[in-house]
Amino acid sequence: MGTVSTPAEREAGNPQPPEPGAGPLPDPGTSTPPFRRVRSGRIVAGVAGGVSEHLGVPVLWVRVVFAMLAGLGGAGLLAYALLWAFVPAADGRAARPSTPREQQQAVGLVALGVGLALAGAALGSSWGGWLTGPLGVALIGAALVWREADAGQRTRWRSSAGAVFGGGGRMGLLRVLAGIGLVASGIAVFLFNQGGLDQLQSVLLAVVATLVGVAVLTVPWWLRLMQALSEERRARIRTDERAEIAAHLHDSVLQTLALIQQQSDSTREVRRLARGQERELRSWLYGPQGYERAGEQATGAGATTFAAALHAVAGEVEDTYAVSVQVVVVGDGGLEESLPALVQASREAMVNAAKHAGIAELSVYAEVEPGQVDVFVRDRGAGFDPALVSPDRHGLADSIRGRMQRHGGTVTLRTAPGAGTEVHLVMPRQTGGEQS
Amino acid sequence: MTIRVFLVDDHALFRSGVKAELARAGSAEPDLAPVVVVGEGGSVDEAIAGIGHLQPDVVLLDVHMPDGGGAQVLRRVRPEHPEVVFLALSVSDAAEDVIAVIRAGARGYVTKTISGRELVDAVRRVHAGDPVFSPRLAGFVLDAFAQRSGAAPVGDPELDLLTPRERDVLRLLARGYAYKEIAAELFISIKTVETHVSSVLRKTQLSNRHELSRWASDRRLV
Repeated sequence: MGTVSTPAEREAGNPQPPEPGAGPLPDPGTSTPPFRRVRSGRIVAGVAGGVSEHLGVPVLWVRVVFAMLAGLGGAGLLAYALLWAFVPAADGRAARPSTPREQQQAVGLVALGVGLALAGAALGSSWGGWLTGPLGVALIGAALVWREADAGQRTRWRSSAGAVFGGGGRMGLLRVLAGIGLVASGIAVFLFNQGGLDQLQSVLLAVVATLVGVAVLTVPWWLRLMQALSEERRARIRTDERAEIAAHLHDSVLQTLALIQQQSDSTREVRRLARGQERELRSWLYGPQGYERAGEQATGAGATTFAAALHAVAGEVEDTYAVSVQVVVVGDGGLEESLPALVQASREAMVNAAKHAGIAELSVYAEVEPGQVDVFVRDRGAGFDPALVSPDRHGLADSIRGRMQRHGGTVTLRTAPGAGTEVHLVMPRQTGGEQS
Repeated sequence: MTIRVFLVDDHALFRSGVKAELARAGSAEPDLAPVVVVGEGGSVDEAIAGIGHLQPDVVLLDVHMPDGGGAQVLRRVRPEHPEVVFLALSVSDAAEDVIAVIRAGARGYVTKTISGRELVDAVRRVHAGDPVFSPRLAGFVLDAFAQRSGAAPVGDPELDLLTPRERDVLRLLARGYAYKEIAAELFISIKTVETHVSSVLRKTQLSNRHELSRWASDRRLV
């Protein structure tokens, strides 16, 4: 929001041009904004601004009233302090800067109010004696600390930095220390005046004791602060996780979708991309117990278990031949010496099915038992007559049967023209019993 | 007699896709009961209200949904409407999801990549009282019932062990065989295959085997 006046403000009979220091613009929908101390255009704590916004009167009048009341035995000061303590600060981020002239007016009014209060005190009201003295100093110190604490709170709202008095950096710290010093020395001098010179030591002791007492008494406040901090940390972790998911989806899914749009006229390519992306996303989502038991090690070279290796080669076949390979593995075990050969033979069987069966889907079922490992590669495709296979086709003979036999395994082939093909591979396990 | 289907999925696009598929394939075979979608729900509450109101024959149920998912629908509907049959239909292939919906009372589990004709087939099958095991579900169940060294001792042999025949049937299911092919392979009738599969489903739902309990308890469903 800027410094533009709304119709509501003009209707309120505001005789002057809208003052920038009068707080945020009232929402046209709600006639009376809630009473909140304003954050912008404030001189001390934003109380006057809040009152003017709440009542819909110019801030200047509010300040004049406060100053006048201050003359009546300090009532204005007391009212201001109470409002400061009990009215929450607005969390609005809408800043509306005040003009230098306004600032000057306000500072003048603050000085006038304080002056009136002091004058009233000097004219012999009952409590005025100490207000003009050291306790006045202490009050000013307290005001400094309060103001800085306000700024610190605002900083925490704005960012997750979470500093207590960090609003003004080093200057803020200086102001806080100065305030504390003023409070302490004010109290000390006050007590000193009451007593004698010889009591200076005990007075200082008392001051230190009071400071310690205040520190102890504010423990709940510190704890609340810590809770707020950890809350913010949790929120940040959640944000980080969301960012990680977004990054992953961007790297994988969105890229693939873009590729699919470019290649939308090639059905085969689209299917290959979609299937590969699905596999990748599943392994990421469901991890080790899910579709890809391999989890992150789903590369043929890096796989350490039989199931992972089988899933990996099935993925390769899917990518290369644009078919969908349904892999179901029961049990699992380490890749002891003969099993890589079984995985490679299974891969050959899948490749054969993908190339020759003329189907879009084939299923692979593997069962790891203590004594042996069974793999079934099945398609519902064309099938063939084994007797009619030309001798120059080495795929089945060499890469499957030869490989299996060299490692002590067997191959059973069930096929007929039009009835699909199932290749059953059996590999005995040397170690046995290792199941997880 | 028409088989009335209620569709539960939080993705409207997917619901309309399934509806179109079922409309096309649901009455393609004139000598079989037509399958029609009578209602749909996009959330757990919508599903519970709609199922209670429409009393469908079969509910196609998504496993993953906000506020509880398919297992939540099963838990809240089944006590009041035990006659409604549930078939889980999901993209999730995570073992615990699948086992959780089966244990909550679903009569079968198929993945969303299933073709329209196969889906109609599965609906007719669960409506007739037979379970529908996709190859992957068969694999999970075999895995959960596997006899492993070091596994917890079997408590109730009647529920915690599969018979050799049931194991054979499950293996063939996992290899992608249809019931008819399994019957031919094992030289038994299709009816016997169905009996074995029903028995496996019952054991999966009622057994307290450690693996099943663990999968189920991961989803807070014991």
